[in-house]
Amino acid sequence: MKNVLEYMEAALSRNPEKILIADPDSSLTCKEFLHRSRQIGSFLCAELHAFRRPVAVYLDKTPACAAAMMGVVYSGCFYAVLDTAQPADRIRLIFDTLQPAAVLTDRAHQEKAEELGVPVLLLDDALQVSENEPELLRIRRSAIDTDILYVLYTSGSTGTPKGVVINHRAVITYISWVIETFHIDDTIIFGSQTPFYFSMSVTDLFGTLFTGARLQIIPRQYFSFPTMLIDYLNRYEINTIYWVPSALGIITTWDAFAWKLPLHLKKIMFAGEVMPVKYLNYWKKYFPDASFSNLFGPTETTDICTWYTVDRDFRDDESLPIGHSCNNCDSFIVTEDGREAKDGETGELYVRGSFLALGYYNNPEKTADAFVQNPLQSAFPETVYRTGDLVRRNERGEIIYIGRRDFQIKHMGYRIEPGEIETVCSSLKQVDSSVCIYDERTDRILIFYQGKGKPEEIARQLQEKLPPYMCPQKIEKVRQMPYNANGKTDRKYFLEQIRSQSNPAEKI
Amino acid sequence: METIIKILNNLKPGVDFTAEKDLVNRQILTSMEIMLLTGELNDAFDIEITLPYIIPENFSSAEAIYDMVQRIEEDE
Repeated sequence: MKNVLEYMEAALSRNPEKILIADPDSSLTCKEFLHRSRQIGSFLCAELHAFRRPVAVYLDKTPACAAAMMGVVYSGCFYAVLDTAQPADRIRLIFDTLQPAAVLTDRAHQEKAEELGVPVLLLDDALQVSENEPELLRIRRSAIDTDILYVLYTSGSTGTPKGVVINHRAVITYISWVIETFHIDDTIIFGSQTPFYFSMSVTDLFGTLFTGARLQIIPRQYFSFPTMLIDYLNRYEINTIYWVPSALGIITTWDAFAWKLPLHLKKIMFAGEVMPVKYLNYWKKYFPDASFSNLFGPTETTDICTWYTVDRDFRDDESLPIGHSCNNCDSFIVTEDGREAKDGETGELYVRGSFLALGYYNNPEKTADAFVQNPLQSAFPETVYRTGDLVRRNERGEIIYIGRRDFQIKHMGYRIEPGEIETVCSSLKQVDSSVCIYDERTDRILIFYQGKGKPEEIARQLQEKLPPYMCPQKIEKVRQMPYNANGKTDRKYFLEQIRSQSNPAEKI
Repeated sequence: METIIKILNNLKPGVDFTAEKDLVNRQILTSMEIMLLTGELNDAFDIEITLPYIIPENFSSAEAIYDMVQRIEEDE
């Protein structure tokens, strides 16, 4: 099989009346999901006359949004899911490279969508049409597995988000690994935490679509209120979760399990940022029989390239390995002088194989920087991906994550380039220059600027230009930006200043 | 009430917390911010906000937060 829709159709036809995707307000059975996706696909064919073009999906995370995504695929196009909470300015930056054929949205977001300068199509209209079987069949016949499935935008260091291009083969190969490794089948009920515009959602969404499992969407607000969250897990008998460590940490910080326990949890997976062992040990205490897996990888390897299922005890001050390469995916370590690292030697993590993205959409420069010829062989063209992550192997042969080669940070599981925040901040009229610093001890983004406006004014303007998860938690004005010997903004100065100050957030 | 507004402004600059009545559903406060906020409130009012108080109704507005703090102070 060559197309994700074929895997999905095979799985969903087995048990048509079973609920496939649900949130607190709506649900779709396997049959309904297939029907809606095909309706949307048929509608797009009729409206767009576009083929192998991007269609932006501008919807909140709902069962209908998942159907819209697959509808785009049925139409022979590929989707890019947009964060509806992000400001229009950032979407325009995305559209500079994406140039979508249309935006697919609903009435709630229609007004905002119409400001974007791209034809707007409404989901309600799509659900009025009947399936155009001959047309969908004609499109399917011309499909190949290296056709693009989606473009997923991630933060870019120069201020422009990068669109990671993923084809059908990458998702098929990756999800095959997910299914065999974590034994995903139709008894699985995922408690889905991550947004559809975030690569981690590929795992539980396609894990569901390829097996007929159930995806139970957990609204974001539930993570603010742990007892509500646990009640929700119990109400829907959620047995599998794949969350960012920050989400797992909310439970730990509140000591929520002392008050209430999820009753059905069996598989606990996490990725997106470093998992503090303190969190893991708390969860393990309450779920001694559950499996815990640390997954690791960037959007550019579909979602993941290495993984480690916890098989021994760790002290709170130890770090969890990121483990070994996934099946059918090769992760290897290259030293600064371009050879394969010996055991224990630190180097950059490279990845090769079918999990790899094709590059960044309409961005040949960034693509050439990260998608490079395999440095370990020159006999034939072989593109590999440089993750920018520094790693080494421990005495057990497991890969250990050390840090980043650049300034990229992870905040609440989101991958953020401080450069993007700086570019936006420095572009404000009142700001001469700015530097964005991440304080890892308190997990806060800070911005220091030199210029005229007050911090509150700067904050308001940043909120209009950045998605909520990128907005700095602290904004400080400096009289004179410090520079280092090379004439660059002295980031170290700020880092040292933050470290020497006692921070109220630390007391929690 | 002033203390609460001050804490909120510090936590999330650029929001008019005296006017905002739907902090939770409009997703103005994230889960992380509610956690930080609770810590700040504990320190400022010398109280301990326990898990049963962490429900949407208690965080919908500065006023709701104020009422919650009052209730905890009375209970203690």
